[in-house]
Amino acid sequence: MEFERRDAPFVTPSTDVASIMRQVLYALIPAAIAYVWYFGSGFVFNLIVAAIFCAAGEATMLHLRGKAFEPALADYSAMVTAALLAFAMPALTPWWVTATAALFGIVVAKHLYGGLGFNIFNPAMAGYVVALVAFPLHMNLWTAPRMGDIDYQFLTIYETARYTLTGSLPDYLSFDAISRATPLDIVKAGLNSMHTFDELSIYPMMGDFGGRGWEWIGNFTAIGGAWLLLRKIIRWQIPFGVLMGLLVPSGLLYFLGTGVHASPGFYLFSGGTILCAFFIATDPVSAATSPKGRLIYGFGIGFLIYAIRRWGSYADGVAFAVLLMNMATPAIDYLTRPHIVGHPKKIRSTKHD
Amino acid sequence: MTAPTYDLGKLHGGLRLPGEKAASTARDILEAPVPEQLILPITQHVGAAAQPVVGIGERLLKGQLIAEADGPLSAPVHAPSSGKVVAIELWPVSRRHGEKAPCIIIECDGEDRAIELAETPEPYTSLQPDALLQKILQGGIVGLGGAVFPTAQKLMQATTAPLTHLLLNGVECEPFISCDDMLMREHAMEMLGGTRILMHALGLEHSYVVVESDKPEALHSIGEAMADLNDPRITLKQVPTIYPSGGEDQLVQLVTNREVPSGGLPTDVGCVVQNVATAAAIHRWIANNEPLISRVVTITGDGIAQPVNIRARIGTPISDVIGLAGGYTERANRMVIGGPMTGKSVSTDQVPIVKATNCILVLSKLMPLAEEKPCIRCGECAAVCPIQLLPQQLFWHACADNEKQLRAHGLTDCIECGCCDLVCPSYIPLTEDFRRAKARMQELADEKARAERARLRFESRNERMELEQTRREEELAAQKEAALIAGPGAIRDILERTGKKDRQPSNGDPE
Repeated sequence: MEFERRDAPFVTPSTDVASIMRQVLYALIPAAIAYVWYFGSGFVFNLIVAAIFCAAGEATMLHLRGKAFEPALADYSAMVTAALLAFAMPALTPWWVTATAALFGIVVAKHLYGGLGFNIFNPAMAGYVVALVAFPLHMNLWTAPRMGDIDYQFLTIYETARYTLTGSLPDYLSFDAISRATPLDIVKAGLNSMHTFDELSIYPMMGDFGGRGWEWIGNFTAIGGAWLLLRKIIRWQIPFGVLMGLLVPSGLLYFLGTGVHASPGFYLFSGGTILCAFFIATDPVSAATSPKGRLIYGFGIGFLIYAIRRWGSYADGVAFAVLLMNMATPAIDYLTRPHIVGHPKKIRSTKHD
Repeated sequence: MTAPTYDLGKLHGGLRLPGEKAASTARDILEAPVPEQLILPITQHVGAAAQPVVGIGERLLKGQLIAEADGPLSAPVHAPSSGKVVAIELWPVSRRHGEKAPCIIIECDGEDRAIELAETPEPYTSLQPDALLQKILQGGIVGLGGAVFPTAQKLMQATTAPLTHLLLNGVECEPFISCDDMLMREHAMEMLGGTRILMHALGLEHSYVVVESDKPEALHSIGEAMADLNDPRITLKQVPTIYPSGGEDQLVQLVTNREVPSGGLPTDVGCVVQNVATAAAIHRWIANNEPLISRVVTITGDGIAQPVNIRARIGTPISDVIGLAGGYTERANRMVIGGPMTGKSVSTDQVPIVKATNCILVLSKLMPLAEEKPCIRCGECAAVCPIQLLPQQLFWHACADNEKQLRAHGLTDCIECGCCDLVCPSYIPLTEDFRRAKARMQELADEKARAERARLRFESRNERMELEQTRREEELAAQKEAALIAGPGAIRDILERTGKKDRQPSNGDPE
């Protein structure tokens, strides 16, 4: 009898990129529900806009690069970018802002660097930063969360859709009526003008630990993140690194007891910290690759988030922290190669000579 | 002396693979009948091919030497049954994936008459270790775990190093393969006998039989045999079932917590590893005078109707023994010699069972290979790599053909276990890529060596010619000087003597 020939191994892999990306999307569902509950239906519209433009950008670039559509579009990586962007955007965002972020992320940050697997920067964060710089007004317009304060205004689905499409509010509303400084803004401005953290904690936008609403979005995000950890879609090093990078410096300064630093819990449960730790920093393509490297990479992001929030000029620092550490990735990878079995262990005595 | 115990060292990574061994271990080992023809490749081992010492038409007896070891690294081949040499020709072999290689073809007479033994076997204890090693060399014994390194040479090399451990490798970690498991279940005593012979040959005072935890029957029967033998020098060790802990270097690391140095041998850390089937074969040869002419082979896979283990004569064509396992199923599509992780796929079942054949795996059509996608650097490959390499980085450097980085990232340390392939979500055939990169690296090294040789040749030729030139110039100068000293008369004499009369002395001749 004659047989076909092939090279070992003769076992088919059990995972694939598409299923990994799909599971990342599933894991975002609890966070999405919490987001919509606290900030309204704007998230859904942002998601739709981001998905359309990410898919369109991906398809166009694949066409221009002469690549097959099906495998690349079916790997859901563009959808993960879209979802992360939707989370990063303020709940009320006109479509062109989201579209700019989506197109820049997919076209420039992803495809011009060689497509999936070759991008140096996290596409979602690159797109977000471009939108932040290009549309500072829209990108800093945050509505108050449900239960945020007594006189918050909640837009109907129709009004939200209208705002997303046209950028204009109903006649009876003004930007001032619906927008609020985010907890991160309050704390940054307050601490900078010599208030203590305890004084700032009584603001209605502040919750039990972090910002009101934000802290629950964080909790729900962490549920999805824990699920990803259990499914081994992500490994513990990066989330742990990010959280430690944020908690260690903020904790040290807070527990000095001078009152001029916010609590580590506040930073943990405000803004995009949890989303970053489990979903953004863990993007494997732009992250460091060895286990030790990932700890360092994560820690760097966490520390930078804290540094930007505390001393920088932006209220949240997630996107900048991620992009900065993306740049450091090749060096981290080079310096953290694990010990190869059978090779001599490094001699580390020179330091004390 | 009580054997010292060791903490089990931790192997990095690895995979818990489904064993798939139940089907082939349900029945006892079947004895395969004498086939009509035996096909014996003269290369069944690592090293130089054996030299045939029989002619076409020659009658043979079972156990007779038919090809002798040639050179320092080689192993002899013996006739597995009685019959007649009908040809020495090219035949498909598994070592070359079904391509042809030189083989001695024996037509069996079915009588299976064994060669008259000149002597009853001496007890091995009466032999000096050196003589024992020489005897093992003559038995055609090679490593039966799949590497087929000539055993005697491996042991001789080992005696030159300070040794602490003899490890008997009963860690058959690849899925589907169960020949060692069955051998340990049914012939534990043979294996232990071989272990004692090995200890004597190596001058070691204790040894470890290492068996995986998924083989309770084998552990049980070895335990019983050890109780009967009552030899305190042998310790039975159970290790967790993780692929690829049965690799030689991995086993050493697992049991002794010592890392075999890159490019080195287990003897560099005081260890010798022998497969349990090799030990049993040594026992058969030393105690029963039966050279390596048969082995246990697993026939299994979803392309086989009734998977089973058989003891077959070396040289039996695979097509002859498939019937013992109930034949092929309709789904049979691919034949692999060895296991699913590291085996060799062959194009035809005409290939004979050889010393290396531990498993005949017939698989149904694999899922059509999904198209290779870009690496997303998820790092799963690095998490499972037993050598702690970074396959994702190696892959990049292999694509870029960056030899320096490939070396820095330890490509040559890759044992090609295939773990990274199995966990890759992008379906990248990493092991195949690394195999190719290694070959390419070797090619480059060869090319470099060739260029270096050519350069040396060229330079030495230049030097030689320069030397020749200066020598000639010096000679001429010396002649000229001699002529000047001797004066014109001498020159005339010379000219006359050489008969060049037509040459007249010049007018300016002082005479």
